[in-house]
Amino acid sequence: MSQTASALLRVDWCGAGASVQDAGRFGLQRYGVSPAGAMDREALALANALVGNPAGVAAIECPLAGFAGQVEEGRVLVAAAGGGSEVSIAGRKLPPFTSDFAERGEIVTLGPARSGVFAYLAFGGGILSPPELGSLSVHRRSGIGGAPLRPGDILPLGDAPVRARRLARSPDAPKGPIRIVPGPQDDHAGAAALALLTSSGFTISSQADRMGVRLDGPKVMPAGGHDIVSDGIATGAIQLPGDGRPIVLLRDRQTTGGYPKIATVISADIGRFAQLQQGSTVRFTIVSRAEAIAAARAAAARIDGFAAAMTGVNPILDAELLLSVNLIDGVTAGR
Amino acid sequence: MPRPAATPMPRMRPCGDAAVSVEFGDTVDPVTNGLVLALDAALSAAPIPGVIETVPTYRSLLVHFDPVAADVEKLEACLMALALSVSPAAGRRRRWRVPVTYGGAFGVDLDDLAAERGMTSEAFAQLHHASIYRIYMIGFLPGFAYLGGLDPRLHAPRRLTPRPIIPAQSVSIGGAQTAIGSVEGPSGWSLIGRTPVRGFLRGRDPVFLFEPGDEIAFEPIPASQWDELDRRAAAGEPVAALEGVR
Repeated sequence: MSQTASALLRVDWCGAGASVQDAGRFGLQRYGVSPAGAMDREALALANALVGNPAGVAAIECPLAGFAGQVEEGRVLVAAAGGGSEVSIAGRKLPPFTSDFAERGEIVTLGPARSGVFAYLAFGGGILSPPELGSLSVHRRSGIGGAPLRPGDILPLGDAPVRARRLARSPDAPKGPIRIVPGPQDDHAGAAALALLTSSGFTISSQADRMGVRLDGPKVMPAGGHDIVSDGIATGAIQLPGDGRPIVLLRDRQTTGGYPKIATVISADIGRFAQLQQGSTVRFTIVSRAEAIAAARAAAARIDGFAAAMTGVNPILDAELLLSVNLIDGVTAGR
Repeated sequence: MPRPAATPMPRMRPCGDAAVSVEFGDTVDPVTNGLVLALDAALSAAPIPGVIETVPTYRSLLVHFDPVAADVEKLEACLMALALSVSPAAGRRRRWRVPVTYGGAFGVDLDDLAAERGMTSEAFAQLHHASIYRIYMIGFLPGFAYLGGLDPRLHAPRRLTPRPIIPAQSVSIGGAQTAIGSVEGPSGWSLIGRTPVRGFLRGRDPVFLFEPGDEIAFEPIPASQWDELDRRAAAGEPVAALEGVR
């Protein structure tokens, strides 16, 4: 362990695929290992801000089903964001976008996702397991970062901050169609295929995981055929396989592939695309790369703004804290 | 190898707002791949601000960058200038001697492939290990190395029905390519042998043995030696000899 843990959390129960994820692991794509990392980085950043952590600190990512774990040692400041999941501590439900303390012996519960897919359970001071190749993110295909969580796993946690936090106003997020930039093989796919992709609604199919999401809807057939000489795959690439059902490739995607990629979901919209539940409809709209970069900067600014938008959550605690400071001052002054 | 006069202009293909593919062509050949590897080497020697990592493939270099930190216009101008200046032989080449046991349970398709070509399995294997290969790219699965330089007599179409799982470290043929597998996974390629060498092993230093651009010389070993080498490889020994750098 690289740092000494101040608290321990034991996993009592979790849905399939719950795993530790941070901002991702970079530099290994040339060896066939995609970056992994949180499927919804803004949600990870918000959960972290609520417990006083920097945006990319590791948290527990829970797809669809929830999570339950017990504080075995110490005291934990906990919060969740993403997927509309609710957190309870020893049965008391936390208001949305709020963190609170779980004491030794208390059980932290995350409910199932209600409005999305991926929820993030973050802990003040972060998860202190040793990183592998620069990150704590679990990459299932390679086993790098370890395995998804199982009951009985014990997570070492860092120092909890003194105060719980609350987001002063609800987070604003982009709405509307998912924005895409044509390419890298839009010419191979042809204008008709791109027009079909952006004029139709598609349905999120049951074939969806951390690698990618297959879409149901009209068949998008690339004019130039479904076979290209393999090249690299970026996060968000919309691949057109032989059956014409587009696949949007996400954080655990294969790093190279031989199907044409008609367009790429912009980085600012990857998270909200990943949050679309099975059966929901998605529409795509084309933006320029300059607009996509502006959206990426706006997303980074939203993430940077989370920390500033926090207020202390417990006025009684705050008053006690102030009072204790005053008392000490008083004692000092009285000497 | 000089830059051939007929080399087409490299193309910048946008891959969203966080990556660009520098494409040298759309064929699998040593000159195109040599340009990709040379650009990769040039970029690692003189990094451009905002670039996160690069992925060399058969015919293009995928450059991942941070759209918040990078100036994408400048980045593309730098990449184009570098892409126009590199020549295919640039960059260092390492050569690995990779032991492989051909046929039998180690390569269940070898006999069929040989029979289809009217040759013995031994002759097929001999042709396979007579060539020196180059790792054109690593992808698909962690550490899976795609090799260029397969003798045209050994080209074999992909299987109609892919196998859901093939053994780790399989040496296989798919079309004009041969490959060294790493971990278990699905495959539509024909299996001709198996190496004890781990291209990818968690906890070993280095975790990934091969780099894109490395050369591979296969060395046939009898099945009787396989278990011992496999045991040593699993314990972290490379069991592939590095023949030197040129």
